[in-house]
Amino acid sequence: MAAPLVRACGFCAVKLQRGGWCSKYVLISTNTFAFTIVRPTTVSPQSKPSPRKNDPKQWVGVVGLEIHAQIHSNTKLFSGARVQFSAPPNSLVSFFDASLPGTLPVINRRCVEAAVMTSLALNCSINKKSLFDRKHYFYADLPAGYQITQHRLPIAVNGSLSYSHLVGQKWNQAVVKTVRIKQIQLEQDSGKSLHDDTRKQTLIDLNRAGVALMEIVMEPDMSCGEEAAAAVRELQLILQALGTCQGNMAEGQLRVDANISVHQPGDPLGVRTEVKNINSARFLAKAIDFEIQRQIDVLVNGGVVHNETRTFDFKLGQTIPMRDKESLQDYRFIPEPNLPPLIVYDNESTPVNADPQQVINIDLIRKNLPELPSAKRTRLVDQYGILPEHSFVLVSEDGLTEYFVSVLQETKAEPKKVIGWVIKELLALLKHYSLTVSQSHISPSSLAELLNLLEMGVISSPAAKQVFLLMWKECDKSPQQIVKEQDLGLVQNEKILEEICQNVLDGHLEEVAAIKKGNKRVLNKLIGLVQKEMKGRADPIMVKTLLERKIS
Amino acid sequence: MFYKMACRRSEGSAIRNVILSLLRPKNPRQGIGNGRRMEGLRNVHVDHKLNRAACTTHSYSKVPPIPAWKPVGETPLSLVYSVSPDLVDRMERLALVDFGNHEGVVRLQCAITFAEQLHVVDTEGVEPMDSVLEDMQLYLRVDRVIEGNCAEVLLSLPTKIVEEFYVAPPERPRCCSREERPDGCRKSTLSGPFLPSADP
Repeated sequence: MAAPLVRACGFCAVKLQRGGWCSKYVLISTNTFAFTIVRPTTVSPQSKPSPRKNDPKQWVGVVGLEIHAQIHSNTKLFSGARVQFSAPPNSLVSFFDASLPGTLPVINRRCVEAAVMTSLALNCSINKKSLFDRKHYFYADLPAGYQITQHRLPIAVNGSLSYSHLVGQKWNQAVVKTVRIKQIQLEQDSGKSLHDDTRKQTLIDLNRAGVALMEIVMEPDMSCGEEAAAAVRELQLILQALGTCQGNMAEGQLRVDANISVHQPGDPLGVRTEVKNINSARFLAKAIDFEIQRQIDVLVNGGVVHNETRTFDFKLGQTIPMRDKESLQDYRFIPEPNLPPLIVYDNESTPVNADPQQVINIDLIRKNLPELPSAKRTRLVDQYGILPEHSFVLVSEDGLTEYFVSVLQETKAEPKKVIGWVIKELLALLKHYSLTVSQSHISPSSLAELLNLLEMGVISSPAAKQVFLLMWKECDKSPQQIVKEQDLGLVQNEKILEEICQNVLDGHLEEVAAIKKGNKRVLNKLIGLVQKEMKGRADPIMVKTLLERKIS
Repeated sequence: MFYKMACRRSEGSAIRNVILSLLRPKNPRQGIGNGRRMEGLRNVHVDHKLNRAACTTHSYSKVPPIPAWKPVGETPLSLVYSVSPDLVDRMERLALVDFGNHEGVVRLQCAITFAEQLHVVDTEGVEPMDSVLEDMQLYLRVDRVIEGNCAEVLLSLPTKIVEEFYVAPPERPRCCSREERPDGCRKSTLSGPFLPSADP
């Protein structure tokens, strides 16, 4: 029996070839019955691995995403069956989706328009002529044995997506990054399979078979999970603004697969693995970071990363290899024989006397594109003078911009103050109770009333916060009612204030002495004490003037 | 067209047969004629309308009067393709065909060698035609629900269903296990059981 060339290190169980290193020891020789392990100190310097390899900080992750977005349309891509998320099994299936013989694909105009809109929003160049192909593989949820996709000539190529990545210690600095988009193509979805392991069978539901998908392939320009999550979030906002996809990852309308590899800067790209089954943006960041770290650990320990498909188990927070595909899948692409090329036109090339229903005009679609999130953010900053980070939050939260605008309309307060209230107070409460903006207990007009009271000086700022919390709990009372009930109105009666100020000054003679000497900061402490006495209802300016007058 | 005209005009099957035999070209690669008198026709009066049709349409025939093709000759050895057992194994799994025995593999080899003759043709600067529909316009359908809701019909087709779902075995289908395969295929180096793979 030949001596094995690979041994397991007895100390850390990592497989080694002769001359290979695990974290501590090197394997010098192997023979049938024994192998020698030598400690690093006795080995000549040349055979030591470069310290760079063992330093985890030098490794850089490379992440590329493939995103499948389900097009929001009434019917499927090639058949006239309805598209709906939950429905009785196999009730939304036409004969073509079940791939019964004698059926032919008829493309849905709305899906082509959606693909063109998305491509224009992502700055892609649109191929005026695109072709359909068949991608063959056998799986139970693909009744035809092939999927109609666009392999050779997709509908759009070479775009870009700009997203903001929050960095800095307090996540308040936004760095704008761009990821290139390789191509966008139209393809069919497969059905759903439910595995019943007890009875060793798989149940197939074809409701989803044939639904139109846009596959958006991104170049591997990202380097960590945060960036990928930010890019996906931005894409979600764009698709939702366009109306081409509802972007609900939980319902499977937006599916993300990540291709992850690690390498050292300057070296060629490493072997990549594919991570599938990521159900939410939060898990996306976790899965990618875990996989990058796992690959770094493997490489630092002298192992080899295999090209495989892994799935993310969110309960364990780990990626696990899927049952691996043996050798590369060969999809045997052929041109789809039943579909002519898809031609889209622009203003110059539109044929005269053509039926408008049969013509897709890119320029017309570009003209009618709705406001994209990036444009909305800049408009909010220009129109209302708020900070870019604030507009970022406004656009990210569904419905928050409309809330902000309606509050502004009814109040005289400045946008900067309103934005502070909306983001810090309202959003914090919404997040605490996991509610959406539409479910908020406080309507825009109530918040506007409260802010008006604050502006007019009826209540002080800390009192306003108290009123806000009370308004949340008691939804039907107006701010003025609450102020009256809780007696939170600003006290501006000089006599009462004078009395309390005097009491405070008498009780803190040392501080008075310190202020007289020149330490002005102690004054704030005294003001705080007065406010405490008055339960936050004292007019701060008046208190300060009174105290200063008394001391000097 | 000639056949129909012959039927319309002849009253008896005998006359029809004669006219048909005249109109059928002697050599499959040869056209019907240049309107000259055909052999054996001296005493038969061919209907002048037929004749006129024969005279006027021959010039539009795309079939050349003299065959223009040449055989390719011996297939150069460089194009002879040899099919390895690995390839046979892979193709059986990918395309779910059963090559059965050594004869099947040999037949496949011959088929590939025959198709390789295409490489002799010079296609420099010629755009390949990949679809006969390239001049047609793709019809765009309105986004309105017109089908679906036929679960009963669809579920009446398979022999076994479970609560309105189709049923599939958990493993991907394959033709036969490796032990059952004849000698030619057993030398394949692809190892391991046939595992089901998830969505590609």
